[in-house]
Amino acid sequence: MKRAVITVVGKDSVGIIAKVCTFLAEHKINILDISQTIVQGFFHMMMVVDLSGMTADFSEMADGLARLGEEQLGVKAQIQREEIFDNMHRI
Amino acid sequence: MITIHEVIETNQMIQQENLDVRTITVGISLLDCISQDLEDVKQQVYKKITETAKNLVAVGGEIEKEFGIPIVNKRISVTPIALVGGAACRCPEDFVELAKTLDQAAVAVGVNFIGGYSALVAKGMTEAEENLIRSIPEALRVTERVCSSVNLGSTKTGINMDAVRLMGEVIRETAELTKERDSLGCAKLVVFCNAPDDNPFMAGAFHGVTEADAIINVGVSGPGVVKKALETVRDTDFETLCETVKKTAFKITRVGQLVAKEASRRLQIPFGIVDLSLAPTPAIGDSIAEIFEEMGLERAGAPGTTAALALLNDQVKKGGVMASSSVGGLSGAFIPVSEDHGMIQAVRDGALTLEKLEAMTCVCSVGLDMIAVPGDTPASTISGIIADEMAIGMINQKTTAVRLIPVIGKQVGEMAEFGGLLGYAPIMPVNSFSCERFIHRGGRIPAPIHSFKN
Repeated sequence: MKRAVITVVGKDSVGIIAKVCTFLAEHKINILDISQTIVQGFFHMMMVVDLSGMTADFSEMADGLARLGEEQLGVKAQIQREEIFDNMHRI
Repeated sequence: MITIHEVIETNQMIQQENLDVRTITVGISLLDCISQDLEDVKQQVYKKITETAKNLVAVGGEIEKEFGIPIVNKRISVTPIALVGGAACRCPEDFVELAKTLDQAAVAVGVNFIGGYSALVAKGMTEAEENLIRSIPEALRVTERVCSSVNLGSTKTGINMDAVRLMGEVIRETAELTKERDSLGCAKLVVFCNAPDDNPFMAGAFHGVTEADAIINVGVSGPGVVKKALETVRDTDFETLCETVKKTAFKITRVGQLVAKEASRRLQIPFGIVDLSLAPTPAIGDSIAEIFEEMGLERAGAPGTTAALALLNDQVKKGGVMASSSVGGLSGAFIPVSEDHGMIQAVRDGALTLEKLEAMTCVCSVGLDMIAVPGDTPASTISGIIADEMAIGMINQKTTAVRLIPVIGKQVGEMAEFGGLLGYAPIMPVNSFSCERFIHRGGRIPAPIHSFKN
């Protein structure tokens, strides 16, 4: 399974998760886990997602997600392959 | 499964603390390009480089995007050109033609530097090697992206003092030929003792003759990450300090290892090594000197700096070695003056001198790096500084290097501007007593007694 981590950082507001989830559904990306927290006054949301059924190209989808965050939600939204976190934090 | 706090930590390192992969360097063997005909060599060299590295920049870009980690430089290192061009090049001018070919190949594949305009003369020089060395000033004048290095000594062979003397003159001439740009040519020229075959960092990268046909070497970075981590253990004891550096180095290196493996898979070129060096940039928050300050020194160069650097270097290695399947290159902390704003500040404040930097090179990777000295520094003095540094490397069985820039037309206190990652540097004073008679003896310094381990 090809997994990635989506992070959303910024000011909390109504509908952030809904809009991100709609975006992911449109790209046939399955959500495996969601968590959120507030760090130093900033809203942080993290999703672990499964990319194996993804219809679009990774690069285009990542750009689309960043645009959605910036233009519609006023947050920084980013997707990264899960391995970078696994490698850094797990032996 | 990974936790949100781990994800936040990683992304803070990247976005706020300047964590990046400093370079993916593809080492390419040009031994199969050797011919007696210069035109033939040029064509084969161009073809081999542009074919082997054609996807390097694109793949680097893909990895950056997918993992969300900046890869600052994509570079190429090649077999020392003195070996590749030895049969075809009859004079220094012939070698300059090969330098131009390297430059064109670098432009074609989109890399910012290509290393390997080099000669390995630790024990003696062939005619071809001497011709290459004498061609360096002109080669660096007429090219943009070519980097040059010369290995002048090793623990096994001693120090080639004829070559040390010659390099003092070559460095001065390189400075003269690029004087309208603050002698920038010298920023692309480094001399070594115990030069590694698999170094991914410029200006000293070359693809050693012990290496495979092509190989991927990766250099990580991360002084900012170490500094931030040390902020959380301010005023604790040394054990805690060391543990923190070690753990942070592990995390940084794991990213380098991941990127190296991924680049290797996508480019179908074998993975060589991860170089564990902490490499600073002129950006605020990306400085080795800031780490010293966080450890408790008022400025880099204050008493205690050598100890601070020794522990930093050692802990970076301890953390890094466990994080990577294969480490190599220079692996340690870099202390370039012009590329580290904290070091520049320390020089300006009078805290850091050339002599202190020399002491620091006994305990870290590399050596006197990116140091601007007055433009009227005699060639023999430059050779003397090189000889000292080579001696440190030879006796301590470690790599040492010198990248000095005699800035033509400038004096102590003035600034030299090199631009970009090469940064800017205050001109530092040099000991004005002569070593001319010593340097003009010629010959070589024999290998030290502890080289005989058989």
